[in-house]
Amino acid sequence: MPEKNHFFDNKQNVRLIMWLLVAICFVLVIIDLIVHRHVVHPIEALWSFYAWFGFISCVFLVLVSKLLRKILMRREDYYDAND
Amino acid sequence: MMPMTDLPPFLIFYIAAILVMLLPNRLGQLVSLTAPVLGGLLLYFLADTAGQWHIAEVVLEPVRVDDLSRLFGYLFHIAAFIGVLFSIHLRDRLQATTSLLYAGSAIGAVFAGDLLTLFFFWELMALSSMFLILARRTERAYRAGMRYFLIQAVSGVLLLLGTLIIYAQTGSLAFDHIELTSLASLLIFVAFGIKCAFPLFHNWLTDSYPESTPTGAVFLSAFTTKVAVYALARGFAGTEALVYIGAVMTCFPIFYAVIENDLRRVLAYSMINQIGFMVVGIGLGTALAINGAIAHAFNDVIFKGLLMMSMGAVLFRTGRMNGSDLGGLYKSMPVTTSLCIIGAASISAFPLFSGFVSKAMVMSAVLDEGHEFVWLALLFASAGVFHHAGIKIPFFAFFGHDAGIRTSEPPVNMLLAMVIAAILCVLIGVYPWLLYDLLPFSVDYNPFDRSHVLAQLQLLMFSAAAFAWLKFARIYPPELRSTNIDVEWLYRKFLPGLSSYCGGLLSSGSRGTSAALRAGNKAIMKVIFRHYGPHGTLARTWPTGSMVLWVAIILAASLLLYYF
Repeated sequence: MPEKNHFFDNKQNVRLIMWLLVAICFVLVIIDLIVHRHVVHPIEALWSFYAWFGFISCVFLVLVSKLLRKILMRREDYYDAND
Repeated sequence: MMPMTDLPPFLIFYIAAILVMLLPNRLGQLVSLTAPVLGGLLLYFLADTAGQWHIAEVVLEPVRVDDLSRLFGYLFHIAAFIGVLFSIHLRDRLQATTSLLYAGSAIGAVFAGDLLTLFFFWELMALSSMFLILARRTERAYRAGMRYFLIQAVSGVLLLLGTLIIYAQTGSLAFDHIELTSLASLLIFVAFGIKCAFPLFHNWLTDSYPESTPTGAVFLSAFTTKVAVYALARGFAGTEALVYIGAVMTCFPIFYAVIENDLRRVLAYSMINQIGFMVVGIGLGTALAINGAIAHAFNDVIFKGLLMMSMGAVLFRTGRMNGSDLGGLYKSMPVTTSLCIIGAASISAFPLFSGFVSKAMVMSAVLDEGHEFVWLALLFASAGVFHHAGIKIPFFAFFGHDAGIRTSEPPVNMLLAMVIAAILCVLIGVYPWLLYDLLPFSVDYNPFDRSHVLAQLQLLMFSAAAFAWLKFARIYPPELRSTNIDVEWLYRKFLPGLSSYCGGLLSSGSRGTSAALRAGNKAIMKVIFRHYGPHGTLARTWPTGSMVLWVAIILAASLLLYYF
């Protein structure tokens, strides 16, 4: 009996989730135009500050981590010889 | 006889541990499950007290109950119950006994009113928790357990040293606020810092927790570091250094978490990151900040426990824990997947999940106190948490590339423990006043402020968008079988290397010395040989005749001497 087809086996469902994510992001920045966010620090008042800060943070995090891999990464059994 | 309700809270766990050791398995399981429930009830009825013991001139306060210790007391009872339930299917007396001892010691530590009692439970925690790593019964786990214990013991020794100096100076052992001004206070600060996984002292955590048993990690992630957070809140609230230490703790581990392959090690790094938020809050020392730090400690135990349990369930069922070997498990473990996602949403601080209501307090307090760079660091770390713990953990274990593993859901008790933790995550997230009412300072804070909810949703959804884009653009680093070097490199690679190098030097030195000695010996032997050897003057044999002649000469000489 062939295995039942699961939700993410269908590429269309993956695409659906992605479009949903894009739509949510879009709505969130649109709301930012309409709703006045109460701010403590002036930088928060920038348009959709949290949105682009989150995006840039994560891209920065991943790119730096990739660089760190060049310095930090060793074989899986790196310590085994010494222990 | 003292009434039942005056029993020190830790004692119930110790008695239960002894019973579990002696009783047959079934009965032992019952005792294990009853102990946290009974203990929690007794704690509820236990009045705020500070009983004193006078031993000679030393005043000890083995049980001090106030708002702060009570909150941690409840938390540890809940954590113990969830942990016991999660591991109740095991037939392993060693783990069953030591996990109760460990929970009891953690509870003893938070109710300790003096530094000596604190030290006592501090060391018992180290000892009992070590067995949860050793119980994996592999060579790797054994070595990791030994390293773990050694570092924990160092923390204990520093604590004892600081305690004794303070006692000598002030004549008091009371554990209250400590000014970070003297050597003794610094020793205690570092002792707490080691257990709290301060940067550079953090590596024991990421080294040992991933080597522990699938169930042991659930206990480990609940107690040790949170006792340290409690101790910092009690002793060093308002110490400014903690703000900066905490900020570093939130940021550096997330880089490691992104490239780490072992998913439980990813959780260990994310644990340091979460503790960082608490440490910042304690360092600020304002009512809002302390409340936030403690509320976050409470929530962290539950949601980190939930994530650890979901990974424990995966490890238990598949025997694998590397992101590179897992994937597609949502097909055969849908319930575990959903529970893991609830934990992930909570740690990422999604509105209506528990992390949101406590982390927000710390963030607000940081900005109120004008630490804008620390605030930006924490914001970066918040986005990073979602990235590595919120998305990476569920994605690589349950979704992502299908590794072809077909298994089944974990045993009912494991699922039940996860369900309880998940319910708590949502309950506190939806109705945070449940938790707020337990906090040491009265709370006038509304987390569901419109601006704040919008800000947090923007931060999280765009972090998710970043992940999706990096993944589709194939920029995201793939999971690789690897080790990433960290501070432990110093004591696992450099020092052993150095010592074997020095050993090499010594042995070549000693080879030189012994060669020189041998040469000297040879020279001496040669001289001796010349005189005493077979051809030596002193070894020559003389004919009897010459001897008689000599005797005659000596006799003649003595005769002549006699006459004159």
